Amino acid sequence: MKIVIVLALSLLFSACSKDSLTPAEQGVLDQILLIANSDEPRELDPLLSTGSPEHNIHLALYEGLVTKHPKTLAIEPGVAESWSLSEDGRTYRFKIRDEARWSNGETITASDYVWSWKRSLMPALGSEWGYLKYYLEGAEAYHKGETDDFSSVGVKALDDKTLEITLVAPCHFFLQLLDHYSYFAVHPETILAHGAIDQPVSKWTLPENWVGNGPFALSKWVLNDVIETKKNEHYWDAANVKLNGVNFYPISDQQAEVRAFRSGKVHLTYSASLAIEKIPYFKKQPGNVLRVDPIYASYYYEFNTQKEPFNDVRVRKAFSLAIDRALLTERVSKAGETPSWSLVPPDPNGYEPKQYFNYDVVKAKQLLAEAGYPEGDGFPTVELLYNTNDNHRKIALAIQQMLNQNLGLQIELVNQEWKVFLNSRRDLEHDIARAGWIADYLDPSNFLEILVSDSGQNNTGWENNEYDHIIKQLKFTQDVNERRALFEQANKILATEFPVMPIYIYTDVNIVAPEVKGWYGNVMHYHPYNRVYLEAQK
Amino acid sequence: MWRYTLKRILAAVPVLFTVVLITFVLVRVAPGGPFDEERRVSAQVLENLNKRYDLNLPIYQQFINYLAKAVQGDLGPSYKYPNRTVSEIIASSAPVTIELGFYALCFAVLFGSVVGVFSSLTPNTWRDYVPMSVAMIGICIPSFVLGPLLVLVFGIHLEWLPVSGWGSSSGDKLLPALTLGAAYAAYVARLSRGGMLEVLNQDYIRTARAKGLSEWQVISRHALRGGLRPVVAFLGPAAAGLLSGSFVVETIFQIPGIGRFFLQAAFNRDYTMILGTTIFFSFLIILFNLLTDLLQTWMDPKLRQASSRK
Repeated sequence: MKIVIVLALSLLFSACSKDSLTPAEQGVLDQILLIANSDEPRELDPLLSTGSPEHNIHLALYEGLVTKHPKTLAIEPGVAESWSLSEDGRTYRFKIRDEARWSNGETITASDYVWSWKRSLMPALGSEWGYLKYYLEGAEAYHKGETDDFSSVGVKALDDKTLEITLVAPCHFFLQLLDHYSYFAVHPETILAHGAIDQPVSKWTLPENWVGNGPFALSKWVLNDVIETKKNEHYWDAANVKLNGVNFYPISDQQAEVRAFRSGKVHLTYSASLAIEKIPYFKKQPGNVLRVDPIYASYYYEFNTQKEPFNDVRVRKAFSLAIDRALLTERVSKAGETPSWSLVPPDPNGYEPKQYFNYDVVKAKQLLAEAGYPEGDGFPTVELLYNTNDNHRKIALAIQQMLNQNLGLQIELVNQEWKVFLNSRRDLEHDIARAGWIADYLDPSNFLEILVSDSGQNNTGWENNEYDHIIKQLKFTQDVNERRALFEQANKILATEFPVMPIYIYTDVNIVAPEVKGWYGNVMHYHPYNRVYLEAQK
Repeated sequence: MWRYTLKRILAAVPVLFTVVLITFVLVRVAPGGPFDEERRVSAQVLENLNKRYDLNLPIYQQFINYLAKAVQGDLGPSYKYPNRTVSEIIASSAPVTIELGFYALCFAVLFGSVVGVFSSLTPNTWRDYVPMSVAMIGICIPSFVLGPLLVLVFGIHLEWLPVSGWGSSSGDKLLPALTLGAAYAAYVARLSRGGMLEVLNQDYIRTARAKGLSEWQVISRHALRGGLRPVVAFLGPAAAGLLSGSFVVETIFQIPGIGRFFLQAAFNRDYTMILGTTIFFSFLIILFNLLTDLLQTWMDPKLRQASSRK
């Protein structure tokens, strides 16, 4: 018995040793970056996966024809060392670099891209990103099964190292798309070794089978535990990759993520948001650990324009005018968000939407009176729907209070679990609903397309032919100034019709250990690991 | 005894079937499907996805197909993790949950019994009141409060123990096991104290003392077997509760156990995963209750005779 007690105590004390290094400290010595990556990825096949956790991991495992500079987001060569564009703006020719290799050492060829893009467009594969390739000639018809002749699609291998892409029409932001993981190439032989070309459920992404072309290679994947990657020695720029590996931990709980950082389990957090109440604490910490950067994403509320009282534009406008966004971002959301007066955030390429309205309670009251609700009298109690999330709840509470104080209205908050929320919104069962949109590529059309009449993302019931026409025109306009004029026309319509109520521009809030170097904030939440390294603090 | 055991095993089959049927219906009735996401997929992609997982078939056909495969051990592919089957996920995550539950149970039984027995030796004194008050607090504090508290003290302030993970660093199993087992340890302490007090007043204990045996011999040889019987009766529900209720602790400590998959499956509407984990947990609860009954029968001659008559 005594022996058992002694053994148990010695085990306890050996476990409680303070001498050993934390995983983060050990990571600095080994040059292994440890990241809290929010959620477990659904899939590591870039042609099938969706979501931010996958995006973060794909940045390690794959590389597109082009990449972006992590500070400026300027397009830079990736697998392709150069490219040219035809005079009519429709045909790109990419020169694939000779030293580009798969992680198994094989050479990357132009036909790998043709094969991969064919796979991504095959109807049976069911890629959710198929529509992003509709900019390519013939891609939409092929993806919709209207033809099974892939030679009609505008992607061809002219030789082993030359890829030709033909677009339906000039596309101003096409190079941006090539950095999206749905445009990446996958290794044909590996996929075919584990199933047919259009077989979506496959074991090829398991570590023992996986082949990719990024700076890091997949080495371990334990569900709900960790995804480990190690430096890919076959990567064309391996000499300049300083990290030996990146580990991703799927920590979905906001509080657990903070605890993981504070205890030295990870070097940086990577989830979409940090718990609001933790922000003041990290602001005070030394080493500038709290990184707050604006991101190309909008937080807004959607009105159900087919239902009273929001079928009256004056009511929608009154609501939009009665919200003190500055107070909301300063006192409630607290993460450095920018009050927003347009669905489209300003972007680094230079488009800044005009502000057509402001915080004006007097005008809001006047509009409400005109709509038949003087001082809010007779206004029905309406529901504000949001999905379960503490941050959303706090914002909804503040807006409820503002509308009550400023307009004398009663707003009922309704909280629904995520999938129930999505259904309610899609079926237009809501009065007002929370919404957010994170851009896939750096172009305002990304946001404006949401509200086109036939958009699957339009949860407002709002339809406007003029607006639809403008968005359609955008697809065929390449001139920068003309495009900006069209953006502004669309923006003006939204600020007249108010199908949505912009609230703020999201920020990317991360906690980053001071040891992490070469990690820059940017509006696309784009943090490639090629140039990141770890340096011990003196 | 064997006939009784066999009867109990056979009785479990309709129970499991009912659990599967009710779960199957409930998950389908719940709003929201497995492929509902913020970025809505096109009708065509949705059709492809439904076809891939046979969700385009009538619901009764889906149920029959599911049952036919499940009895052969095929629980289908996970919708959330399409490159893994539900059976693979259960096979890789269940051992983690079982290991966590085992440590928690060991802690609960050992710690709870010792505290309960010592309390019962000096009833209604401070040596009884203090541990029993602590036990009451242990029962009242939920694991989602206790876990972060332990992490804050031992993980962040003292830096003695890791705050998350499983098996990746030394000592990372201690805090989860303590958190999970704390409430059960408190129950065990109260049960063993009550059981011991009852036994210590029995005639045969007085006889043993009268024969001149030391207090230690009286307790260890005579009182413990009877006094700890309520603890043994509690073991089955405790084991089942520890295994099926581990998801909170697994979430707090980021442990890749089956509890987290169970929880996430419900949020993701991962139908096959919900059904697979429900079957797994139902099976465990039935198994542990059966084992407890058998153990109690073995320990109690009266029950043994009754079961052999059944």
